[in-house]
Amino acid sequence: MSTVVSTGSSPWRRALYATYPPLLVAVGVVGLWYAISEFALTEGQSFLLPPPHEVIASGFFDSGHLAELMEGLLATTIVTVIGLAISATIGMTVAILMAQFRWVESTVFPYAIIVQATPIIAIVPLIGVWMGFSFSARVLVVVIISIFPIITNTLFGLKSVEQNQSNLFDLHNAGGLTKLRKLTLPAATPAIFTGFRIAAGLGVVGAIVGEFFFKGGEEKGIGRLISRYQNLLQTKLLIAAIIISSILGVVLFLGVGALGNRFTAAWQDEDRRT
Amino acid sequence: MSPGTAALSFNDVGMIFPDGTEALRGVTFDVARGEFVTVVGPSGCGKSTLLKIASNLIANTSGDVEVDRDSLGYTFQDATLLPWRTVKKNVELLLELHGVSKAERTTRAQEEIDLVGLAGFENHYPKRLSGGMKMRVSLARSLALKPKVFMFDEPFGALDEITRERLNTELLDLFTAEGFAGLFITHSIQEAVFMSTRVLVMSARPGRIVSEFDIPFEYPRKDELRYTAEFAELAGQISEELRAHSESVPL
Repeated sequence: MSTVVSTGSSPWRRALYATYPPLLVAVGVVGLWYAISEFALTEGQSFLLPPPHEVIASGFFDSGHLAELMEGLLATTIVTVIGLAISATIGMTVAILMAQFRWVESTVFPYAIIVQATPIIAIVPLIGVWMGFSFSARVLVVVIISIFPIITNTLFGLKSVEQNQSNLFDLHNAGGLTKLRKLTLPAATPAIFTGFRIAAGLGVVGAIVGEFFFKGGEEKGIGRLISRYQNLLQTKLLIAAIIISSILGVVLFLGVGALGNRFTAAWQDEDRRT
Repeated sequence: MSPGTAALSFNDVGMIFPDGTEALRGVTFDVARGEFVTVVGPSGCGKSTLLKIASNLIANTSGDVEVDRDSLGYTFQDATLLPWRTVKKNVELLLELHGVSKAERTTRAQEEIDLVGLAGFENHYPKRLSGGMKMRVSLARSLALKPKVFMFDEPFGALDEITRERLNTELLDLFTAEGFAGLFITHSIQEAVFMSTRVLVMSARPGRIVSEFDIPFEYPRKDELRYTAEFAELAGQISEELRAHSESVPL
């Protein structure tokens, strides 16, 4: 723990110390952005990096553009959340089976690694060929990109049970399911949420990549908007879309983190929390 | 002692691990209800293996062990609490595993929590407890089952001396109140003499029982007992015996 944090006496003061440095960085970045837009770029080049206020005016204060972006945000959020839910369900189930049966682990794990190691961009076109540019195709991209951290973190958590805790259950003839419910799953909860948080960020990437490629259908997501703004060289809207997608990623990451804290904050050691 | 009264009996028990290590050889002894037997021995002599065999966590390779495993108390070297359960929920755990109803769990858990002096801490999580308090929760958890046989695998080894001596006294109070058959493992001779009705000295690997000391002091035992001449005399004899058998026997 840093000395800065320990000198903060009140919670307010600590919160200030926690937000102050990142805020300074934000101010610096915006300043640099203005400097480049205003001084480094000529009139003709200004479309490359329009200044922040123009991005905000065009993206968030023009009602037509704002509606388009919000519609995109909603579509992308739905794809991401449904994909993550499926990914969490399948990923945890696979990890539980792996922890219970060694042969499942040795059979499945190599393929999980291969799926993880293959760039998602390389798989997406094939998914498009098989499933068309459908909603489920986009969801599948989210599942593929986000399932690996869920499997590995859950598995790590399930295996982190202390030997004597396991002995205690064996001493009293606890069955496999009882042990899973009362020992291994609760013990794995912090690790499971670590997996969910990583997956949440990746899920947004997957949704946008899917939308970017599968833009033939009815789909209205941010990925499709990004692709269109790119083609039309609408840099202001392109940057606005990037900001929206990064906000979505951050909100999901924080949301999953807060959910995890609800389950574990009461009992977990502060210094062990991630 | 006649075999019928033994709550726990080891008969010529041997243990050879799959890697060829001989941990125990020809171990024979009984523990009756109302007896508190402590095994002392050099580290790595197979003391803990003895308890694991008695509690069926591992299977011995020769000899017989008889023990009533239905109501077995067992404390490990650490408290082994589940960190996501409150004190009350931790004490209820074994009752849950044995299918005791919720209402009865609550009553019995509260009794044991009161007994180990943790009233008021029912809803605390283990992270907020000191090492000694965690051990008390661990004891209460086993006591809730009303064990006939209670095994202790160096339970107080990680605690500071003052806490350890206090818990020694408290555990003896529980022992005299509940009358279980106690089998205690420690490497502290002081602790062994203070606690036990009988002390067994184990040799270095392969572990054998090389001598047996009856400890004549009446219960309840007071802290002052530790500073009496008789106590020192017995501790000295056990220490000497232990030193004589601490060298590993070539296999």
